[in-house]
Amino acid sequence: MNKIIKYVLYDIVRNKIVVAYTLFLLLLSIGLFNLGGSPDKGLLSLLNLVLLTVPLISIVFGTTHFYNSYEFMELLVSQPIRRSRIFLSEYLGVSLSLSAAFLLGVGVPVLLFAPGATGLYLVLTGLFVTFIFVALAFLASVITRDKAKGIGIALLLWFYFALIYDGIVLFILYSFGDYPLEYATLALTALNPVDLGRVLVLLNLDVSAMMGYTGALYKSIFGSGWGVGLAFVVLLLWVLVPLLASRKVFQTRDL
Amino acid sequence: MKNLSKYIVVWTACALVWLLDSPAAFGDTLRVCTTCEYHSVKEAVSKAKAGDVVLVDGGVYLESGIEITQPISLIGRNNPVIDGQNSGQIITIKSSNVKLEGFTVQNVAVSYMRDDAAIRVADRENIQILNNTVLNTYFGIYLQNADNSVVKGNVVKGENTGKIESSLGNAIHVWRTDGAEISNNRVEGHRDGIYFEYVTNSRVHQNTSERNNRYGLHFMFSDGNVYTHNVFSKNGAGVAVMYTRNIRMEHNTFEDNWGAASYGLLLKDISQSVILNNTFRRNTTGIYMESSSRLDITSNDFDRNGWAIRLLSSCIQDTFRLNNFTGNSFDVSTNGSPTMNLFENNYWDKYSGYDLDKDKTGDVPYRPVSLYSMLVERVPPSIMFMRSFMVDLMDSIERVLPSFIPESLVDERPSMKKINHDSDRKLVQNLR
Repeated sequence: MNKIIKYVLYDIVRNKIVVAYTLFLLLLSIGLFNLGGSPDKGLLSLLNLVLLTVPLISIVFGTTHFYNSYEFMELLVSQPIRRSRIFLSEYLGVSLSLSAAFLLGVGVPVLLFAPGATGLYLVLTGLFVTFIFVALAFLASVITRDKAKGIGIALLLWFYFALIYDGIVLFILYSFGDYPLEYATLALTALNPVDLGRVLVLLNLDVSAMMGYTGALYKSIFGSGWGVGLAFVVLLLWVLVPLLASRKVFQTRDL
Repeated sequence: MKNLSKYIVVWTACALVWLLDSPAAFGDTLRVCTTCEYHSVKEAVSKAKAGDVVLVDGGVYLESGIEITQPISLIGRNNPVIDGQNSGQIITIKSSNVKLEGFTVQNVAVSYMRDDAAIRVADRENIQILNNTVLNTYFGIYLQNADNSVVKGNVVKGENTGKIESSLGNAIHVWRTDGAEISNNRVEGHRDGIYFEYVTNSRVHQNTSERNNRYGLHFMFSDGNVYTHNVFSKNGAGVAVMYTRNIRMEHNTFEDNWGAASYGLLLKDISQSVILNNTFRRNTTGIYMESSSRLDITSNDFDRNGWAIRLLSSCIQDTFRLNNFTGNSFDVSTNGSPTMNLFENNYWDKYSGYDLDKDKTGDVPYRPVSLYSMLVERVPPSIMFMRSFMVDLMDSIERVLPSFIPESLVDERPSMKKINHDSDRKLVQNLR
C-alpha cells in the first residue's frame, strides 16, 4: 500500500498543479495577513477564501486525477492487490498531497502571523475540508465512467455545499421564523462541512461577541472543549461516509 | 497722632471682622490620631461645632455610624482608613455645606432594607465629597435629595465577581437632586457605576466607569443633564439613558461592552437630546434606540461594533450626520420601517459608490440596512450564516435592486472619505 501511495504522490508532484496550488495559497495568505492589519482580520478573510477555494480545488483536482489514473488503476487491478487497497492508496495519495500543499500554503503563514487556538482551528478545518472534498470527488468519479459527467457532478457538489445549501437553509429559517430554531439551525450547519468549519472558526474569533444573544448561545456550545471536539467528530464523519460509500461502489463495480 | 488713630481703626475693624466671621470661617481644628485629643472620628465629629475642621491623621479606624450634623469639614491626612467591618452605614451627612475629603472608607455589608452606603447624604445641600476611596461596599456614595453637591476625584471599587445583579448596589447613586457635579471619579465592580434618578441640571464629566454588572451609567427620569469625556468600558450592559429629555452626551468613549445583552448606549424613551463626538468601539451594539425621538447624533465614531446602530421602528425624527462607520458587522439594523429619520453625510466603509463631480460626497445613495441584517432581526438563529458566501451575494444583489430593505433608511449623500472630527479626542486618550 505504501508503495502505491508513493507512486501516486510522485505522479501528482510531477504534474506541478500541486506546486502551483501551494504557491497560490502561500501568496494569498501572506498577502491577506499583510493587508488586514490585525491578525484576527487576516484570519477572517483567510477563512472565507479557504472555505471557497480549498473545496473547489480539492474536488476538481480529485476528480480529474481519478479519471487520469484510470489506466494505472486497471493495471493494478490485474495484479494480486485488493481493490479497496488500491482505492484507499489513490485517495490518500491525492488528499495527502493536497493537505501538504495546504499546510505549506496556509498553515505556515498562520503559524507565523496568527499563532493560537483559532489559527489551529482554521488549519484543521482546511485539512478536514480537503479530505472531505477529495472523498466527495472520488464518490462523484466512481458513480459514472464518463469523465465530463463526473467533473460535472463534482462541480455541482461544490456549488451545492458552497452556495446553494446556505440559500436553502436561510429560506427554511425565514419560512419557519415563528418557531424556535436555535437547535434546528445547529443541526442544519452540521449537515454542511463548509458551514461547520466556518462557524467553528468564527465563534472562536473575537467577533463572536458581536453576534448578540443567539451568537452567545452558540458560543457556549462551540467555545467549550467538547463542542469543538464534537464538531471535529462530525467533520471526520464527513470524511468517512463518502469515502466508505465510494470504496464500496469501487469494489463491486465493473471497471 | 493721626497715624495712631488710623492703626486703631484698622485693628478694630480687623477684630470685628474676625469676631463676626469666626464661627463659619475660622472654626477650631479637632485632630484625630492615636496620640491626639480624640482617638475616634465619631467622637470628634459629634463634638465639632459649625465651621470646625476635623482633621484625621493616617491610620485605621474601626468605626461606623458616623453622623455629621453640623456644617464642618472632615478631612483626612495621610490616607486614614475608616473600616466599617460590615456593621452598617459608615458616614451619614445630615447637614448642609459639609466637606469630606481624603478618606478610604471600606466594608459595608449588603442590606436590602436600608440600602447602606459608605457615604450617604440625606436631604441636605452643597456637600462636597472629594478624593475619597470607597472599597468593598454595598452602595458607595449615595446622594439623596442633595442639591448642588460635588462628588469629585473619588475611587469607588466593589467586589462583583460571582455576584448577581440583585445583591449589588450602585457605586455613585444620585436620587432627586438638582445641579450635582460628578467628575473625575473612577467607579467599578458595582451594579451600576453611576445611577441617576430624578436628577436635573447636573454634570457628569471625566469619569471612568468599568466592569460594572449592569450599566456603567444609568439615567432614569433625569432631564437636562450633560455628560462629557467619560469612559464607559466592559460593563455588563453598557450605558442606559431612559425616559428623559434634553441630555447632552459629548466626547464619551463607550467600549468593550460585550455580551449577549450588551449595548454601548441604550436609549429608551428619550427625546430632544444631543449625542456628539462620542466613540463607540467594540460593543455588541453601539447604540440601541427605542421610542426615541428628535435626537441629534452627529460626528460620532462607530468602530468594530457588532451592530453600530439598532434603530427600532418606534424612533422618529432622529438625525444622523457626519458619523464614521468602520468595521461594523452591521451598520444599521431595524425591525420594521422607521420613518422620518435622516441620515446625511456619514462615512460608511462598506460604501462602494463613486464621486464623479469630486464634491467629496458619493453620487449614489447608500443603504445602511442590509438584507441579511433584516433577516437576523426576524430570525435570530440565521446569525450562524454570518460571512457565508451566500449571504454576501444576497446583500450585494439587494443593494443593487432594493426590494426588502426599508426605503426610508438611506443616506442620500454619503461621504467618500473618513471624517476627521474632534480635536478633543486627544484629551480623552490622555485620560484613559
